[in-house]
Amino acid sequence: MASVKEMRTRIGSVKSTQKITKALQMVAAAKLRRAQHAAEAARPYARGMQNVIANLAAGVAGPSAPLLLAGTGSDRRHLVIVATSDRGLAGGFNSSIIRAAREKITALLAEGKDVKILPIGRKARDGLRRAWSNRFLESYEVGLKAPNLALVKPIAQRVLDAYMAGEFDVVTLVHSAFKSVVTQTPRLVQLIPAQVEAGGGPAPFYEYEPDEDTILTALLPQNIRVQILAAMLENQAGFFASQMTAMDNATRNAGDLIKALTIQMNRTRQAQITKELIEIISGAAAV
Amino acid sequence: MANTKIAFDLVSPEKLLLSASADMVTVPGTEGYMGVMAGHSPVVTTLRAGMIDVNTDGKDERYFIRGGFAEIGPAKITVLAEEAIPMTELDIAVLDQRIKDAQEDELAAETDTDRLRAAQLVDDLKLVRAAF
Repeated sequence: MASVKEMRTRIGSVKSTQKITKALQMVAAAKLRRAQHAAEAARPYARGMQNVIANLAAGVAGPSAPLLLAGTGSDRRHLVIVATSDRGLAGGFNSSIIRAAREKITALLAEGKDVKILPIGRKARDGLRRAWSNRFLESYEVGLKAPNLALVKPIAQRVLDAYMAGEFDVVTLVHSAFKSVVTQTPRLVQLIPAQVEAGGGPAPFYEYEPDEDTILTALLPQNIRVQILAAMLENQAGFFASQMTAMDNATRNAGDLIKALTIQMNRTRQAQITKELIEIISGAAAV
Repeated sequence: MANTKIAFDLVSPEKLLLSASADMVTVPGTEGYMGVMAGHSPVVTTLRAGMIDVNTDGKDERYFIRGGFAEIGPAKITVLAEEAIPMTELDIAVLDQRIKDAQEDELAAETDTDRLRAAQLVDDLKLVRAAF
């Protein structure tokens, strides 16, 4: 059995771990509020964009439709964008995104498709590197600042350039959808060809200024940027929520461990005292 | 239609800046500034850099935007701006810096379309600058 001194150091180390997890939990909670706000604030724009595109798409179906909307007519070459966070210590947050991405990629490969991968976030890169690093198109990091349009622009540009150069037919984005503080589920979104919600009644008859093509050519790339941005913002919120929960659990576990160790330490100390007393008493009795 | 108001939403990728009803909204369309009142025919237009003027009960609220789109219907106008700043928060020094950046872009542009776009931005920004 460990000595009392050893146990005391052990308790000390668990206590300092608990302090760290507690601090991380509080930091995550504070950041979560802002990230959640940002993710929610980005939604009206994405929704407005979807509406306009849906209306426009109804009018320009046919062979003249832009490539980003209509696709290349093939679905052989895929690009899978996997967005995670840079950091860990967030429970199953990143691994669930990576698992979803892996399933998708494996399925595509099994169908004989050609797949390229673009990870955004250090965890996505590390998680997919071992199996498929030769399929990486480029990899990006999220960075320390909150995601904004300026951060997304080069990523979107890289994807658009490659698409326009005819490198892929379909682009899919995998990220984590922020449903609530307790649930974040991985989500797959098809970016190119643009997915347009069907139905919604007859579209109002719009006039276009300057004209449909000009608007669409400006709007579709912007839509990609916004979708990636929205995905990263949702990731950010989900990451902090997940980290907060994970660190809360860790703090509680550390607390339980401290309690158990303290009881054990007290027992050992008591046993030692009792033992010493018996020795003294029996020694005195022998005289 | 004299007293009918039009619902107006101004959204940037980061947030919803304004959701209100207005008497008239003036937006910087690519083909020129246009004033939108209730009952306007449906239009989708691209926007250039410039000012949005929201007129409600004779009072103006102005926003600086840098490009975007507007979806206009009879009862509602939605502006999806790439960037939007209320004029009260816009710093003239920032604007001057933007103009300088755009001018540098114009000089550094490699293709004609890039150069034209930068030149357009310089002109648009100067117009905003003049309105201060």
